Amino acid sequence: MATIAGTLTQPASSGIWSWITTVDHKRIGALYGVTAFIFFMWGGFQALLIRTQLAVPHGVVIDAKLFNELFTMHALTMIFLAVMPLGASFTNYLLPLMVGARDVAFPRLNALSYWVFLFGGLLLTSSFFFGAPDGGWFNYAPLSSKQYSPGPGITFYAVGLLILGVSSLMAALNFATTIINMRAPGMTMMRLPVFVWMSLIISFLLILALPPLTVALLQLLFDREYGTHFFIASEGGDPILWQHLFWIFGHPEVYILILPAMGIVSEVIPVFSRKPLFGYPAIVFAGVAIAFLGWAVWSHHMFTTGMGAVPKTIFATNTMIIAIPTGVKIFNWLGTMYGGSLRLNTAMSFSIAFIALFTIGGISGVMHASPPVDMQHQDTYFVVAHIHYVLVGGAVTAIFSGIYYWFPKMTGRFLDERLGMLHFWLWFFGVNLTFFPMHYLGLLGMPRRIYTYDAGLGWGLWNMVETIGAYVLAASILVFVWNFFKAMSQPQTAPANPWDAATLEWATSSPPPEHDFDVVPVVRARDPLWHDRDHGIEPAQPTGEHIHVPPPSYYPILIAAGMTVMAMGPLSHLALTAIGAVIVVYGIWGWALEPTE
Amino acid sequence: MTRIRSVRSSLSRRFALLLGLSLLLALTVSCDAPMSTAVIKGSDNAAIWGPYNLIMWLAGIVFVVIMAITAIFTLMFRERPGREAQQIHGNTRLEVIWTMIPVAIVVAITVPTISTIQAQSAPPPADAMKVIAIGHQWWFEFQYPDLGISTANELHLPVDKPVHFELRSADVIHSFWVPQIAGKVDMVPGHTNFLTFTATEARPEPYLGQCAELCGFSHANMRFRVFVDAQSDFDSWSKSVAAKAVTPVSPLAKQGQEIFNRSACIGCHTVNGTAAQGKTAPDLSHVGARTTIAAGILVNNEANLTRWIHNSADVKPGSLMPPMAKSAGGALSDEEIKAVAAYLLELK
Repeated sequence: MATIAGTLTQPASSGIWSWITTVDHKRIGALYGVTAFIFFMWGGFQALLIRTQLAVPHGVVIDAKLFNELFTMHALTMIFLAVMPLGASFTNYLLPLMVGARDVAFPRLNALSYWVFLFGGLLLTSSFFFGAPDGGWFNYAPLSSKQYSPGPGITFYAVGLLILGVSSLMAALNFATTIINMRAPGMTMMRLPVFVWMSLIISFLLILALPPLTVALLQLLFDREYGTHFFIASEGGDPILWQHLFWIFGHPEVYILILPAMGIVSEVIPVFSRKPLFGYPAIVFAGVAIAFLGWAVWSHHMFTTGMGAVPKTIFATNTMIIAIPTGVKIFNWLGTMYGGSLRLNTAMSFSIAFIALFTIGGISGVMHASPPVDMQHQDTYFVVAHIHYVLVGGAVTAIFSGIYYWFPKMTGRFLDERLGMLHFWLWFFGVNLTFFPMHYLGLLGMPRRIYTYDAGLGWGLWNMVETIGAYVLAASILVFVWNFFKAMSQPQTAPANPWDAATLEWATSSPPPEHDFDVVPVVRARDPLWHDRDHGIEPAQPTGEHIHVPPPSYYPILIAAGMTVMAMGPLSHLALTAIGAVIVVYGIWGWALEPTE
Repeated sequence: MTRIRSVRSSLSRRFALLLGLSLLLALTVSCDAPMSTAVIKGSDNAAIWGPYNLIMWLAGIVFVVIMAITAIFTLMFRERPGREAQQIHGNTRLEVIWTMIPVAIVVAITVPTISTIQAQSAPPPADAMKVIAIGHQWWFEFQYPDLGISTANELHLPVDKPVHFELRSADVIHSFWVPQIAGKVDMVPGHTNFLTFTATEARPEPYLGQCAELCGFSHANMRFRVFVDAQSDFDSWSKSVAAKAVTPVSPLAKQGQEIFNRSACIGCHTVNGTAAQGKTAPDLSHVGARTTIAAGILVNNEANLTRWIHNSADVKPGSLMPPMAKSAGGALSDEEIKAVAAYLLELK
């Protein structure tokens, strides 16, 4: 890659225009992070409304229609607009730094991914003004058909997820290319930080999982708007086809959400245990195994659809086998802590909590991997408990760990530790208070996605406890937001490597310069900074060469806007699709001819 | 530093106390609830609890062990003056051991899982009674082809008799679930699913069932009841359902029948032996004998029937039955609705 060339004078690096046209992976990472966190709070607000409605039997806070919209949008917001892009935020910011590169392989494509995500997210969210999707995030046919869902909500779902899928696909191709092609000298595959390995695995999962979803969404869109009958049984279609296509995407999607978390804790735990990661190859291969097996389990979401004894047996067995590599990972993290000298700061506390909370989600997952058991768990609060222990107790807890850990690198400032620990304890108790009783409610037969329930079923007390837990979680988020703004008002005092960490992102200043590294580092061991420290190797001095940094471009945001206009066509008039296509073609033309020097 | 440590240890003490208390609470809370999956009143739920018990115990053990190790390591290896971290990179023997532990657990739960799957998908016994259950937005239709009868939302079954269900849907996907008796099986348009079970305990109060797959606005209001009776009670019930609907006696009910027969009601509802032969809504031939209306959400009495006929969507959001009261856009006055309710209540 052209890392030494040109004498480009950089344009002004502040102001709104510089953010709109940026192609710097760190700025795009920051945009992803802030945008996704705002969506995260919005999704949390939806959850609070849901929990408020369910606090007591016969709740009257919201009606059936709004309730269905809220749980659908809560899932879509949290999965596609919060947790996935929060993972993408870390990957964007850290991936080039961790492999010793100056940017991702395709900087403008990276910007395009972000703008498409933002516009797609806004389009999907705007559906609240017109009638939001209300068929669940899994959106089963034929409830999703025009006949049973005549409003615009499901069409918003289809076009919204279609363009969000384009964003994820571009990001995945970009990350995979960067990891494969742009590693610093000496950064062999088996020296990659585990977070980078997990990013590589996720990239391949996305590249393979999004096409079936895209096919399903296009079929849905055509069923609804243009008279096809892919999923309509009375016209020769099959509603079960949707379930297969959706879950072939949907199950790998779970790993797309949880693998970044596993990558984050695999970075944090060794640093604050003051020792190298236990069983690095086992953790890497376990990650690969989880992703690989993740393709052979999708029908465990469909055990009650009447699929017969043989597929039930196969999908159950495959699903249970995933417990093995997952267990290996958990034991290796615990092995990393063993014999260490644990600094129990906020980042480490969140990582340890991740091990505990994710384990609970893993255990319940093995329970309903058994189809007979699943006939009692499916569509009850037991599954709600499971998914939230994995995604909230697992993914989001690890994301907070990562925020506290990398905050000094990203901003040059430290988050306050006392507020951090307050945030942590509120979060830890909130997660358990909200989600643990759901196991019990599931056992007592409470179905999911019901906006009201009778008294006298034994559900009232635990629903009230969960609602209180949800407000505790909200309080913990407020503490974090307060901590964030407090920290951002402090001066930038963070040194390059405040935690004495081992990976390359800590070899450059905090925050890093626009070109990441003054000198591309040379990697001599799996934990390069610890190796160089222990062997007394000083970093190389800059040679004064000019460093090529890609120039800013406004074509990414233009193309993203064009795609969004295209997506509005099925919602209003197809002329919009044509207009959007013209904008996209013009943008690609300009992009292709734009000088890169 | 000391202060921080003492705060930390008091925190961990408090945490241990809280954990102990919640465990105690978990042990004392009862699983005896009307829709509890842990109350076993049918052969299918009994089969499910074979592997379920084993899995529950193993899950509990794994949970306790991992939580204990995590907590112990966190406390034992926390930073102290003079502590040096041991620079260990891994240990192949340990990796093999802790790979084999989950392998053993997985094998232990896979074997009974597979044998239960086989047992659940065995063909029904020859003497099984056949019931066709059809999901509608948002109510359940039950047909007994051997007996030539059909009913809605209140299923009657003889105790200790195998029943073979054919599960279908008239519109979107629903799921048939009576937690104490059997696991759920979906009702999918264009497909026919099957479920066989024997209810094992007759009792006067009904078993509660509910649709378990999101099926639209009133998914939460799509419930049903299962009455498990002694064979003789079941026989007399089925005889009464097979009979033609009674002719109303009271003047109000007579007037109600006349209003019913000239209103939109008969387009969708059936009342055996009358002009009402609609098929898209619940059969009302013996609606007066049911304990609930509106798919198990309202007690069957005059006040609730009146409320329902007035504007059913007030009770069940999205209800496909149009409002009948003039005040809600329908064609009937309050007096007429009262008469119709009286008629329906006499249809025992």
